[in-house]
Amino acid sequence: MEVPLLKQGDFLIATIQAALTDADLLQLRTALVQQVVRFRSRGVIVDVTSLDVMDSFASRTLREVAQMIRLRGAETVIVGIQPDVAFAMVQLGLKLEDVTTALDLEEGLAHLSRRSTNGA
Amino acid sequence: MLFISLSMHTLDDQTGVKSMTRIDSGPESTQIHDSAIATEESSRPVSVLLRELVAHLRDNRTQLREEWARRITEAKLLTAMTKDEIFAEATSVYDNYVEALETGTFEALQAYARNLSERIIPRGVETDEVVGIVLLLRDVLARSLFAKYQTDFTKLNRILDAYEPAANRIANTVAVGFVQERERIIREQQEAIRELSTPVLQVRERLLILPIIGVIDSQRARQLTEQLLRGIRTNRAKVVVIDITGVAAMDATVANHLVQTVEASRLLGATVIVTGLSPEIAQTIVNIGVDLGKMNTVGDLQGGIEQAERLLGYKVVPFVETP
Repeated sequence: MEVPLLKQGDFLIATIQAALTDADLLQLRTALVQQVVRFRSRGVIVDVTSLDVMDSFASRTLREVAQMIRLRGAETVIVGIQPDVAFAMVQLGLKLEDVTTALDLEEGLAHLSRRSTNGA
Repeated sequence: MLFISLSMHTLDDQTGVKSMTRIDSGPESTQIHDSAIATEESSRPVSVLLRELVAHLRDNRTQLREEWARRITEAKLLTAMTKDEIFAEATSVYDNYVEALETGTFEALQAYARNLSERIIPRGVETDEVVGIVLLLRDVLARSLFAKYQTDFTKLNRILDAYEPAANRIANTVAVGFVQERERIIREQQEAIRELSTPVLQVRERLLILPIIGVIDSQRARQLTEQLLRGIRTNRAKVVVIDITGVAAMDATVANHLVQTVEASRLLGATVIVTGLSPEIAQTIVNIGVDLGKMNTVGDLQGGIEQAERLLGYKVVPFVETP
């Protein structure tokens, strides 16, 4: 299932709407990096509000997305992790280290805007 | 005792008894056949015996009930209740008891037991008292049966065959009903206590305070975390100050829970500042090897709130009174 990517000025927004298979996740990773290059985006938001499960593969793939996009000089913010999902993740030791997280889309965009203005 | 085989059905289960007589092949056939005749003889009268038994209990209701109430007081049970109350409850229990014997169904008794428990538990009645009075009633009724049928031992035997399993089942039902009600109340109270003791308080826009007081065990730590994460989402908090001044001690497991809470909060975009660590807890945290770079700590609550305000871009400026 392909995740729709939306362009919002300098930023790309990917909203995950349902559970993704491993193949879908890898496809998303590829698509995000390609689009960042194409649009010269400065930030990416991945919205996982609709996910009620986050397994180790998804967690690792999101970290890889952030690392790849950083190599293009852009920042990734994961938003919308639900309380239950966050709880389960820390219990499993899936910490999403070095990945910026924010409460929701609004917060994520605010963060990216601040970083852009500061010339980060 | 025939407790297991007869307890699940009404005692008038003639079909079940008759099917036993069909086992008639093999060397044991004669023996089985003989006992089959014996059971067939007494199987028909079982329901009749039961009716006779119930009638006896109803006819002698007044004096048996009085004797029971007397023995309850003698045994110093139900001291939390007055004599009139004991008599009133004794009447209900007696009638329910006899009805359960008569119908062989226990739902009404179960419902009554729970209802009774709900009323008497707040009065401080203990489990041993409830079990005690039911067993006393069992004894009072059994003895009245002995007295009545003492001249006909065979009949007494058969009456007891009818009485014993049902009486056991009744005692069981009442005791279990009582204990279940107690457990339900305890669970409710525990839940209420837990909710009360971990409030998540918003003191500024985007700033939450979680003051923890008392003993934290794994279950409370977990409940705390869930409550905090929900609070972060609801209040859209960006900073949380967890104050543990009121926590005397923490073991490694709970310290780990605290670290997990910090990490989970970060996943929701909130920064956590922990304040009020006692020397003992500071030692525990260092001993379990927590990466302190991940734990944001400040000495006391005041310092914690000040740092939170800085993080949020607040500045506290004193009012200058214009004369």
